[in-house]
Amino acid sequence: MSAITRDEVAHLARLSRLAISDDELDHYATQLDDIIAAVAKVAEVAAEDVPPSSHALPLTNVFRADEVRQSLTPELALSGAPAVEDDRFRVPRILGEEA
Amino acid sequence: MSVMAYDEALERYEPVLGLETHVELGTHSKMFCGCSTTFGAPPNTHVCPTCLALPGSLPVANEMAIESTIRIGLALNCSIAEWCRFARKNYFYPDMPKNYQISQYDEPLCFDGYLDVEVDGRTVRIEIERVHLEEDTGKSTHVGGATGRIQGADYSIVDYNRAGIPLVEIVTKPIPGTDRLAPEVARAYATELRELMRSLGVSDVRMEEGSMRCDVNVSLMPRGSSEWGTRTETKNVNSLRSVERSVRSEIQRQAAILAEGGRIIQETRHFHEDTGMTTSGRSKEEAQDYRYFPEPDLVPIAPDPVWVARLKSALPELPAVRRKRLQAEWGVSDHDMESMHNADAIEIVEATIAAGAPAADARKWWMGELARRANESGKALADLPITPAQVARVTELVASGTLNDKLAREALDGVLAGEGSPDEVVASRGLQIADEGELATIVEQVLAGNADAVEKVRSGKIAAVGALVGGVMKASRGKADAARARELILEKLGVSE
Amino acid sequence: MSLIHKTAAELGALIASGQASAAEVAEAHLDRIEQVEPKVRAFLHVDREVTLEQARAVDERIRQGEKLGPLAGVPIAHKDIFATRDMPTTAASKILEGWRPPYDATVTARLRKAGLVILGKTNLDEFAMGSSTENSAYHATHNPWDLTRVPGGSSGGSSAAVAAYQAPLSTGTDTGGSIRQPAAVTGIVGMKPTYGGSSRYGLIAFASSLDTPGPFARNVMDAALLHAAFSGHDPMDSTSIDAAVPDVVEAASNADIAGMRIGVVKEFGGEGYQQGVLNRFHDAVELLESLGAKVVELSCPSFTTALPAYYLIAPSECSSNLARFDAMRYGLRVGDDGTRSAEEVMALTRAAGFGPEVKRRIMLGTYALSSGYYDAYYGQAQKVRTLISRDFEAAFHQVDVLISPTTPTTAFPIGERADDPMAMYLADLCTIPSNLSGNAAMSVPIGLADEDNLPVGLQIMAPVLGDDRCYRVGAAVEKALESRWGGPLLKEAPAL
Ligand SMILES: [Mg+2]
Ligand SMILES: [Zn+2]
Repeated sequence: MSAITRDEVAHLARLSRLAISDDELDHYATQLDDIIAAVAKVAEVAAEDVPPSSHALPLTNVFRADEVRQSLTPELALSGAPAVEDDRFRVPRILGEEA
Repeated sequence: MSVMAYDEALERYEPVLGLETHVELGTHSKMFCGCSTTFGAPPNTHVCPTCLALPGSLPVANEMAIESTIRIGLALNCSIAEWCRFARKNYFYPDMPKNYQISQYDEPLCFDGYLDVEVDGRTVRIEIERVHLEEDTGKSTHVGGATGRIQGADYSIVDYNRAGIPLVEIVTKPIPGTDRLAPEVARAYATELRELMRSLGVSDVRMEEGSMRCDVNVSLMPRGSSEWGTRTETKNVNSLRSVERSVRSEIQRQAAILAEGGRIIQETRHFHEDTGMTTSGRSKEEAQDYRYFPEPDLVPIAPDPVWVARLKSALPELPAVRRKRLQAEWGVSDHDMESMHNADAIEIVEATIAAGAPAADARKWWMGELARRANESGKALADLPITPAQVARVTELVASGTLNDKLAREALDGVLAGEGSPDEVVASRGLQIADEGELATIVEQVLAGNADAVEKVRSGKIAAVGALVGGVMKASRGKADAARARELILEKLGVSE
Repeated sequence: MSLIHKTAAELGALIASGQASAAEVAEAHLDRIEQVEPKVRAFLHVDREVTLEQARAVDERIRQGEKLGPLAGVPIAHKDIFATRDMPTTAASKILEGWRPPYDATVTARLRKAGLVILGKTNLDEFAMGSSTENSAYHATHNPWDLTRVPGGSSGGSSAAVAAYQAPLSTGTDTGGSIRQPAAVTGIVGMKPTYGGSSRYGLIAFASSLDTPGPFARNVMDAALLHAAFSGHDPMDSTSIDAAVPDVVEAASNADIAGMRIGVVKEFGGEGYQQGVLNRFHDAVELLESLGAKVVELSCPSFTTALPAYYLIAPSECSSNLARFDAMRYGLRVGDDGTRSAEEVMALTRAAGFGPEVKRRIMLGTYALSSGYYDAYYGQAQKVRTLISRDFEAAFHQVDVLISPTTPTTAFPIGERADDPMAMYLADLCTIPSNLSGNAAMSVPIGLADEDNLPVGLQIMAPVLGDDRCYRVGAAVEKALESRWGGPLLKEAPAL
């Protein structure tokens, strides 16, 4: 039985903002299925009492002082923008409001 | 959309409230970069690789923002986490440069606190679930379409100056039992929270500039039921009045739906100032999957207990305590204190007293004449173009006999109209009570011209003196001291009271 | 000997003493690039004028008497994942084609300050995802030892450039082996510093908790000099360690390992390993013993699940890190015809701009972080990560360093694993544990495999902030082998 269905891949693609064609969906479903089957091996490790590590090293409390530093000029800030209007980033229409 | 009368709604259903408040901290620099947080700068001038999410850029947390959040938590009687992490909240949206928000998830910096608010003479304890730190988004302007709103726009333009400003999120536990006072409780909570922020000095909490925004959750349960209903979340309500109105209208809307056998959809809604109603935003039925995970670019926070203790001992007097103290100092009633509080006048009255005005006078002018002016122009007291020191000066001019109340009102008029300081207005408008000599002359003239009234007074109808005083005031064009004029009249007529 | 065959240390000395100018040295390398680049294809971007301008500026600084480091005037090639103000930075992705950062990465900036001259930006697997540099959106890079083979990856452009004498030094990043594995298969030295020992600021993120910038060089001392030049605390990177950089240069000049305790990890070796690789590794163990080290075998049982844990953690982080490539603020924008929504344009752009491996990993990571799967996948992988760190910790109680082959096989033919992600992932079997635990690890050449005469690397793993131990052991191995071979291994490479 496969770990991941075509529909799930379609859902993942949507969540990841990847426009993926139907043909590609099948291809990715097969590959992801293989990969997930392989990585699922982590589940076999007995680790109930083991704390998870999100970071490689146990550093804490790294802060910066509340000081203003030089920002980019608007020219530089906008230099890579695909479209600009009124010193703002011009973007296609936004569908709905989020969070 | 049908709504049910508020009273009927409350007879049939019991509301449960919940509030999520976002407060922009007043740090100098942003949460994770050194860009300035100053409001109103030209677009995209307060941006850098980090807050624009340029490839390769990294966040570094602002220590003052962490400190402010801990202070807020302490002021809200919260426990402070011994160890916690930032988390990434993943969703795509054009005004959020990284397409994830650095926030906190299951490990908030502060948790399990409360805030007491007074409503209608009753103390309501609002339980605080959590206080956490996150970052604000940029600001989109929607271009094209009829309304400038997001729906129907052709495209949008985005300014990221605000992206990355530290944002504290304060979440209450569900608040049952407020009953018909739910709207007032919601407002009182937001008001109290705002004052708390101000007294801590952590934010300028200007709701109209968006530096404090409330998300208001409301659900209804039928009377007699103990099972909470489905809630809606009205987003980004940006005035205290709207907090109150949005709760009221949402109760009425939900009640109408439930009464017709309908069901409430779990969704976000938007409140409209003009109609006083909410409209549907995004449905949350298809639950968002934010794929939270610990932010690997930032290390965990483990506040030093010594530091936390120091912050706690250095907390300023909190607003509720301060109000009790001021009430005693000023000698005002519970009712007067509450109305000053509701009018957001306490600070300004206090400043006026500090500038030399007697407490009663300071309260009288701010809660009377000036409150009326503010109301007329739809402004907050603090936004009237007059300072507490100027009001204090006017009360001083009255006390010294230079102005009477009527002239004092004129002086305030002049100040509000931008004519200068009270003294300048008095000079330029010639506002000056008539002196003794002038007054005597006017009194003579008035007595001479009002034989009837004079006769009545002489014959013992002392009340008739009012007409004579009125005559003096009229003849002096309001510049006479009415009390002194009365004395003079009685003296001249040889009548004593 | 021509300038391109000199070590970085020698070039630095020549320039410092005025016997050569930075411009001359840069020119010699630019000429070499021009000559062999059609075969090797190590670079994504070379700009002769920009490079020579930098070189002349360094010459001027030296003339003015400015105190610069030992590598002043020495040319370097940067993996095209470090932001450079004066050259495009693309991460070998179409989605960033032509993007010019308005800022420098810390690594770039520090090396500029130290007077190194940038020759160009080197090829990589797109966003550093891969082990062969075939996943570049632009072109594959060829292994100078055998042009039909891969130079390793993801920093394959950087390893090939150094192995092909196009550059004496280069930078790379190591997320799961992306410095050590290409160094091993091209016969050069590659070092993954302790995580947090070198700054990630300005390095386009693949997996934030694993990414580590590090040096490539043709010998251990050059690697140490480069390591020292860009490492150390950076306040712009919260995960940067605020401690002194271990004295790697001193360690590289101290080839004495007598009495050192060296552990061989039992879990690395056997099935899936090429015999020639194992042979060279066993020779190396004997060599280390002959140099006075005490070699013991020990077990790190959780290492066997490092690969699956890595393939959950790295894609999870990448799915979030790569969300910023959305066509709104920079880079490619596809399908913005005035009718489509931002959401549609994002999806079309990302579909067109990312290659298949990147999309695979984004979807895998999105899956592993999803609410229903988080605990079973990402959460469990994080626990395995803890176990791996514990294994390292226990091992380093017994020994000073651990060793293994760097890779199970020598360089594989271009195309061989291109359509088989799982086979590709095996290339990083031995290198991944050190990324998960953050400790230092190096690869040094230890000879050629019998079957194919291709280079084999020895991986030397040291504790967190024990980077100097890698250099000490690396230098000892290098010194002994070079005296046996009569020069560096690279002299065995065919002429280009
Ligand atoms: Mg929030
Ligand atoms: Zn910024």
